[in-house]
Amino acid sequence: MWGRRGRWAGPGGAEELRARRREREAALRRARRQEQLVSKRLLREDSAAAEGGRDGAETVPDPLSEDEVLELLRGMQRGSEDRKRSLSRLRRALQNKDTQQKFVRLDGSIRTLVGLFTSSLADVQMEAARCLHELSHSSDPAVAEACLPATSYLLTYLSGHSVEFTELCLYTLGNLVVESEAVRKQLLPQGIIPVLASCIQSPHEAVLEGLGYVLSQLLQAKEAPAEIVPLVLDSVLPQHMLRLVCSGLKAGTGAAVEFAWCLHYIVCSHTADAALLSLGALPALATLLLDLASETPPDAPEGLELLICPVLRCLSNLLAGDTGCQGQIRDERLLVALFLILQSFLQQHPFIVQEGLWLLNNLTDEPFFCSALLALDLLPALLQLLPCSPMAAALVLTVLCNIAEKGPALCQQLHQALPLLLPALALPDPQAVGQGLELLHLLFLHCPEVAADFIRQGGQRALEQHQSSPELQERARALLDLAGQPAGASTTGPCHGTVSAFP
Amino acid sequence: MPTAPHRLPERVRRMRSPPAPRAVAMLPLPPGLRRRLREGPPPPPAPPRAPPAPPAPPAPPFAFTPRRLRLGLHHPLLEDGDVHRHLYLQGVLTSLAEVAEGPKVSEFSCHISGCCQVFDTLEGYEHHYNTLHRNVCSFCKRSFPSARLLDVHILEWHDSLFQIMAEKQNMYKCLVEGCVEKFKSSKDRKDHLVTAHLYPADFRFDRPRKAKSGPWHVSSPAKDGASVPMDVSQETSEQFQVDPMETGPSENMEIPRPPASPGPTTPEKWFYKSSSSMNRLNVAGPSADPWGTPLATSLQPDSVPLIPTL
Repeated sequence: MWGRRGRWAGPGGAEELRARRREREAALRRARRQEQLVSKRLLREDSAAAEGGRDGAETVPDPLSEDEVLELLRGMQRGSEDRKRSLSRLRRALQNKDTQQKFVRLDGSIRTLVGLFTSSLADVQMEAARCLHELSHSSDPAVAEACLPATSYLLTYLSGHSVEFTELCLYTLGNLVVESEAVRKQLLPQGIIPVLASCIQSPHEAVLEGLGYVLSQLLQAKEAPAEIVPLVLDSVLPQHMLRLVCSGLKAGTGAAVEFAWCLHYIVCSHTADAALLSLGALPALATLLLDLASETPPDAPEGLELLICPVLRCLSNLLAGDTGCQGQIRDERLLVALFLILQSFLQQHPFIVQEGLWLLNNLTDEPFFCSALLALDLLPALLQLLPCSPMAAALVLTVLCNIAEKGPALCQQLHQALPLLLPALALPDPQAVGQGLELLHLLFLHCPEVAADFIRQGGQRALEQHQSSPELQERARALLDLAGQPAGASTTGPCHGTVSAFP
Repeated sequence: MPTAPHRLPERVRRMRSPPAPRAVAMLPLPPGLRRRLREGPPPPPAPPRAPPAPPAPPAPPFAFTPRRLRLGLHHPLLEDGDVHRHLYLQGVLTSLAEVAEGPKVSEFSCHISGCCQVFDTLEGYEHHYNTLHRNVCSFCKRSFPSARLLDVHILEWHDSLFQIMAEKQNMYKCLVEGCVEKFKSSKDRKDHLVTAHLYPADFRFDRPRKAKSGPWHVSSPAKDGASVPMDVSQETSEQFQVDPMETGPSENMEIPRPPASPGPTTPEKWFYKSSSSMNRLNVAGPSADPWGTPLATSLQPDSVPLIPTL
């Protein structure tokens, strides 16, 4: 799937592609905010090229009439040459949603198709499988659910040995899985999990990637934490998934991507931490991050972020679990890897920044990583991430708070960062500014001289602009007090000895 | 010509960088950072000093304490990453690079004796081989989609010890992988498949064993010698019901079955050429239907041999 069968829409099509992408992106965001984020995957040969069509341009065929669809069905029910030809024409016609709907409504159509799908003629079987796949990909639930009679066969064929056919069955199943809970309620008793558990020992990359896709769709289901994750954890799937994710740089990156997302969904179910940790997931994923960072050139190849993102998430969430696993990855090279990765993806995929900073927050809960970050001279790079996005700013400041909270020794080293913190107080995002105020509080607390410097650099005005903000005014006021400002300035406390003489 | 379809070439996939050069991201990282990754793992941590006293709780209005964040599936911070992932699934991100295809081969034919199918791709050959020749019963030449189903078939159809033991204990295994149930008869197993596993009642790979004298039986020699039909199904009509879409492995053979099912049927006449297993010249593949449903043989009254076999 990785870059394969990409549809090249021709030289004039690039702008169209971009517009289509923007539309899709907007739709996906809307769907996600409603917690309805669902996508299907389509495996389609570049048929225009195969049929000698023009330049591979992607065109959806026009819908057929009821009679034409019926004619194709009759052709499929007759023998030999007619059957194959009709199937091929049907396959192409089924790219059109209207035709799909007409086909599934015809009496006996699915029964015929499933019959051909179980045929002993390999090429007939393959063509029928492609038709089923088109149907599975439909956004119309009536069409996709019409494929249900085929599921027991789809599962049976997964233990076959034909890579291309197995792959097609897998993607078809993956599309059906995500269609509705009713479909999953059929597939689970039909034994989909044990079949996938056998399948994961296949050596073929294409099969593994398809398998990962099916699993990722299963694991995203709403009922997954209760109904599906336990079955998966009970099988050999987790250890193989982990193995395939961690070897994904050398071979089978497409499969590694799928299984990494699977692991992310499993971790989010909150029931799997112990199982995954006992498999050594934390050190394994940490090592993978090191490998990813050292293999990634500064100009990262397109697609690696799809693997890095779920790995970052798994690490962060596993660290945040209740189990005391933090000691397993006390390795400063993890910070090196993280920053190298942030550098590589900063321009093209800024979402990696906030996700990486999330991991950094969870790491710097530990004093070890706080000291390491400073010792490795990564502070300037960290500060450079402040303007990336509001979420990034809030996280950077939180990480700095983590460091400052560890005591005076580290606060001293943050002192040099003071000039860069002042602009942070002017950020539009109140959450970020709030963290900035917390940071100042910690700095003032542990290092008296910071307060003086802060005021000297114009910090008073920066604080005063928040006096009317309900979220921030109390803290801004308290900081002004701490810094020994005239209005209600307190003269007690360890930090104030040198700041009393202020204009 | 390929001799064994074991190591067919993998499809090679490579990620390609986009063609236009991009400005390198500007993070002020210290020099030599990457080198540190290649150094060995750090020395084991020094024995812990006395743990530092827990920090005093923050004085209000300040509230900060370090906290590991656990983010759920739908957290806003993860939105951009999720959207990106789904754009990839929808094929909007696929790179424009083509995949390196496997080595090109000129036309070749299946090497199994008697099978004359011809191919021009290794994948086509692989699929054909796996569908027809891979899991083949050496007794009756039927082929199966997996080794497991083949094993079940051999046990239930050709093993006389199985028949004997089946009289005393539950021997019919459930066909669903992962289910350990066993049943005393083929019918019981089918009922279980339908009720517990939601399988279709006419699941093609669960045809009960037929009595030898039936008109649909394949005339090829069967070594089992067990002529006692151990499992006379009550639903004879279901036994002999075959999907009208059944085909033999050869394009030259049609299956002349009046559909026994009451389902929608087409009015076409079925025509029929000889499928005798003796006739290998025009017929590709074994004469038995691969899924355990026997093809009509020369027992049919209106058989017309394609080529005289005298």
